[in-house]
Amino acid sequence: MVLPTNLKHVATEDEYNEILKNHENVMICCGRMGPMCVPVYDIMEELQEEYKHVEFRDMLFDSPHAHVIRNLPQCRGFMGLPFNVYYKNGQVVAATSSIQSQEQITDILDREFGA
Amino acid sequence: MEEKNYDVVVLGGGAAGMTAGIYLGRSKVRTVVLDTATIGGQMVLTYEIANYPGVALTTGYQLSSIMKKQAKSFGCDIKANVKVTALDLEGEEKSITIGDKVVYKAPAIILATGGRSRMLNVPGEKEFKGRGISYCATCDGDFFQDKEIIVVGGGNSALEEAVALTKYASKVTILHEFDHFQAFEHAVEEAKANPKIDFIMSSHIIEFSGDESLRKVRYKNLETGDQFEKAIDGVFIFIGYEANTEALRNSGIELNEWNEIVASEKMETNISGVFTAGDCRAKQYRQITTAVSDGTIAALNAIAYINGK
Repeated sequence: MVLPTNLKHVATEDEYNEILKNHENVMICCGRMGPMCVPVYDIMEELQEEYKHVEFRDMLFDSPHAHVIRNLPQCRGFMGLPFNVYYKNGQVVAATSSIQSQEQITDILDREFGA
Repeated sequence: MEEKNYDVVVLGGGAAGMTAGIYLGRSKVRTVVLDTATIGGQMVLTYEIANYPGVALTTGYQLSSIMKKQAKSFGCDIKANVKVTALDLEGEEKSITIGDKVVYKAPAIILATGGRSRMLNVPGEKEFKGRGISYCATCDGDFFQDKEIIVVGGGNSALEEAVALTKYASKVTILHEFDHFQAFEHAVEEAKANPKIDFIMSSHIIEFSGDESLRKVRYKNLETGDQFEKAIDGVFIFIGYEANTEALRNSGIELNEWNEIVASEKMETNISGVFTAGDCRAKQYRQITTAVSDGTIAALNAIAYINGK
């Protein structure tokens, strides 16, 4: 079960672990095809070109495998989709909830992964 | 700085801007649509669209994707998520600068910058966005199963969403700043008849607080000045829209007291060669259908303008 976006997806827990193991900088947007999520996928798609050192992925919030994100301690208290999680060397370095602007996303990318 | 020349630059890629792009592109007018966010504007933020003539039922995402595809198929260039750093609307040649790299120039410009959900702008609102504060019942309603929530607002959206949220929440309190509602009577009656809904009138929220999630709100009765605290799990805010015209405040464009662009029936602004369309314009109804109408009129008059030069 994956989202119908133009991004690369995370479909399973194994794939999630592989991506975090093989990439230094990762951003995963975990959501649905709702009005607060779609703009974030679009922004990530735009940023892929500029931030080649970051791996951008999405994950279907309702997939049973998405517990790997839903149950992160950093997402405790989140009550708005999508959950946006940023990883450096497999560790969560930032997480936000609900719709984000491009500026909010690039601020975190620049701060955590370098421009 | 790279310079790109077009016949028309459309600022804003919502329903109005995309429609203008479709009409201009199909008329072989060299056009670029620039948007500071996602193409589709408020349309993308609409989950279900059931009243767009000729389309039985669709989502905002699907409709905006089709509009984008149509505009592109007619040769219209589209750039999303751009950062506008300078605007020069006066004179024969208008320009819009994006970042510090590209300046778009054209004899005509259509401002279709749209609108956005109004925020309360009170302490704690930004901090608890996504942690108990939401602006989308369809997106986040299921996080509030058997929880107690507040819906802020008194228009159709607020009352309809309050009723919809009773599917999840154990109790919904509608909090409104006036002593009466602006919503249609049938929406008010439906909310009043719902046993899960109660009301706090003539009041507004002055602070949100909590820990990792929202826990309580402080609100003030506007008639008595008394302040109250209420423990709460979530707050949904539906208090209308405001025009995205901050970048235009010193551009010479005439704005009304709500910062909406003032325009004629031809979508002409007070500056020659500058047209407007959609939710950023001063008008009564803001619908996809009215944005599409505005976009059509603005495009046709922009074509007439450049042909007359």
